[in-house]
Amino acid sequence: MSELRNQPEFIELTEVVDREEHEFADMAARHFKARAKMALENDTLRASFRGASDFLMAKRRSVFPDEEMLQALRDRGEAARQRSLQDLPDLLELLEQNLIANGIQVHWAETAQQANQIIHDIMVANNARSVVKGKSMVSEEIELNHYLEARGIECLESDMGEYLVQLAKEAPSHIVMPVIHKNKQQIARLMHTRATTPDGEAVPYSEDVDDLIGNARAILRQKFRQADVGISGVNMAIAETGTLLLVENEGNGRMSTTVPPVHIAITGIEKVVRSLSDVPELLTLLPRSATGQIITTYVNMISGPRKAEEPDGPEQVHLVLLDNGRSKMFNHPDLKPTLQCIRCGACMNHCPVYARIGGHAYGSTYPGPIGQVVTPQLDSSGGLGVHADMVNACSLNGACGEACPVRIPLPDLIRKLRAEANAPVTVQHDGKPHVNGSGSHRSLAESLIWQGWSQLHRHSALYRLTTTAITKGRVLMPSKLSPWTNTRVMPKPAASSLHQLAKKAGVPSSAADIKTAQTPDATDNREGKS
Amino acid sequence: MSQLAGAPRRPYPPAPQRIYLMGTCLVDSFYPQAGMDAIQFFQQLGIEVIFPQAQTCCGQPAWNSGYEAEARAVARQQLRAFAEDIPVVVMMGSCTGMMHHEYPRLFAGEPEEQAACGLAKRTYEFSEFLIRILNVGFHDIGKTNLSGVDSPVIKVALHTSCSTRRGMGLAAEHQALVDRLPGVQRVEPERVTECCGFGGTFAVKQADISAAMAHDKAMAMAATGADLMTSADCGCLMNISGTMQLLEQQGQCQAMPVKHLATLVWEAAQSSRVVVQEGEA
Repeated sequence: MSELRNQPEFIELTEVVDREEHEFADMAARHFKARAKMALENDTLRASFRGASDFLMAKRRSVFPDEEMLQALRDRGEAARQRSLQDLPDLLELLEQNLIANGIQVHWAETAQQANQIIHDIMVANNARSVVKGKSMVSEEIELNHYLEARGIECLESDMGEYLVQLAKEAPSHIVMPVIHKNKQQIARLMHTRATTPDGEAVPYSEDVDDLIGNARAILRQKFRQADVGISGVNMAIAETGTLLLVENEGNGRMSTTVPPVHIAITGIEKVVRSLSDVPELLTLLPRSATGQIITTYVNMISGPRKAEEPDGPEQVHLVLLDNGRSKMFNHPDLKPTLQCIRCGACMNHCPVYARIGGHAYGSTYPGPIGQVVTPQLDSSGGLGVHADMVNACSLNGACGEACPVRIPLPDLIRKLRAEANAPVTVQHDGKPHVNGSGSHRSLAESLIWQGWSQLHRHSALYRLTTTAITKGRVLMPSKLSPWTNTRVMPKPAASSLHQLAKKAGVPSSAADIKTAQTPDATDNREGKS
Repeated sequence: MSQLAGAPRRPYPPAPQRIYLMGTCLVDSFYPQAGMDAIQFFQQLGIEVIFPQAQTCCGQPAWNSGYEAEARAVARQQLRAFAEDIPVVVMMGSCTGMMHHEYPRLFAGEPEEQAACGLAKRTYEFSEFLIRILNVGFHDIGKTNLSGVDSPVIKVALHTSCSTRRGMGLAAEHQALVDRLPGVQRVEPERVTECCGFGGTFAVKQADISAAMAHDKAMAMAATGADLMTSADCGCLMNISGTMQLLEQQGQCQAMPVKHLATLVWEAAQSSRVVVQEGEA
């Protein structure tokens, strides 16, 4: 035990970090609404997300100064993604051929379980005991770390944010910035109490960003050298050339994919594009939309293992292509645009709900608007049966759809998933592949309310009778109607409805009425008319 | 007179002689005077206004909640109520968006598809109609100012709903309309483009999140120090105003009165000469 670890301050800070870990575990164990409430009541968390959201929105604006140019780029980005999806099955075959020609081994995984199994098998075949990971959301999606750790394999996250999240025993709260929910003090405590230097010492407490990164780098460098396997994600897989493209800012992606003797990349089947000419279309948009950068610090193009004459690089490169529900999205006529996503995170940066509850409240690998759309459709997620509340956590304000660089109609997709969750059993199998959990949230009470509402508003006489009753009976209206009035004063209906006022004023109800109606006393004071 | 930035997003006809007015269900029960103000305003300009007594609600609450069949049945009633080929002016942006963007999808493959597409094309939001089709101008004739305020210039905080701003793309029209009113200084709250947290059934189904959003919007609105707040979306008005009033009771801010944009326009029309300037947009 080092001296530092015996200091009372260290023990005190350790307790704070432990408490935060328990708070996370406690939150994770609850239902969506309870998680959201906890997040809303956490001022530190609220401040972190509000600050991040304002910062990231401003940065994105600064790299898209010309609105017309932005819209033109979005058109091209959307077209590039739609071209890829149009030919998806063919492109995947072409990709496999060219990857194999380049010496990259290709593995197909229909389920998360299969993907984990494939990766574990590769490790066993190589007698691998330790993994260093670049950032990969697909590896989070399949919960790869849990799977491998349960089999005695050490997995170390090497992206700074992911590393901190791993130290905290939490999950990423954002797909691009995993530790955005923590402030500098929280991160300083975490590094100080939970990280161990290569000499086995505690890291000195510091809130200085350069210190924090320097300390983490010293720890990670050693791990990169020792790791048996490097695992990474993929931003684009180029079919014609058999190239894996990976963007990152910290160099950890390049280290994970070049230093260990075996590199395993994992990605969803939707990430394929046909040719290198598709790359600039999307690469122009991805870093700008994600972090407000013109380009990331590193753009890695991986086209095979080390060749005989090359001094370094991995001896084996594998690509695991994961389905986990993506084929169903591909075959669903309304939900197919889900697969256009390039995982930039702009939708969450612009979402007013995400800005208030943060990523963990969603309880899923992918939070925010795209998370609300993707999560219920993933085979491994439990579907709408588990995630219908998340789908309702949207005011349909459209900020996400406006920010999306590839024009995914996110609000429409969220609305569509609400319809799926409420679908009566009789229309579940109308030829379309149905979403897992379709109809699971149809409640008799709610469907009766909407049927009653519909009856009321399709019969105008009944509607007018009701509004007359509401306006006449307004003194009888309750002054409290939970949950609306928990935080608002009750609105008061008017003394007469517009229907009544218009009728009383003799406003014509149809074109035929005009002929009989009195001409209103008005002068035609139009200008500019001949 | 303020100029309008940006080209129109859809084709517009010349100013019509006759219009339908779609009051919307929230205006009907909670802000009916705004509907009457709009009717009187149009009549004063010599435009015949038809207010079909058969109209009810655009169907949006059910549509957004994922009850498509229920929404379609209600929307069908509006197809009947606004059947003739006459432009429809809608008192709320979100209902305009429902009729303009969603009706064609709601009736895709249904017998009424053609009628729905026809209605969608001739449906306009209130400020859109005033700015893009009538291109109204308000010439100050030196009369007293907008009712109820002593100061020569009143500060009006404008809230443009998300469905008006993003759904319909009419934020510039909203601003232009307020800017054209004589004696009005337009102010906007911090994070003006952010949702107020209403979102229809969202406010009930996710009440805690909605309340947090409404709280922030109400505080930002109060911080403008405006004399009154205006919007053409009554869900937002009720949400922001109701929250602001409760916060005032709790001593957290000073609430301000709210008026539908149509009421503000009609009041301005009392103290100015209103002109229709076709073709000069």
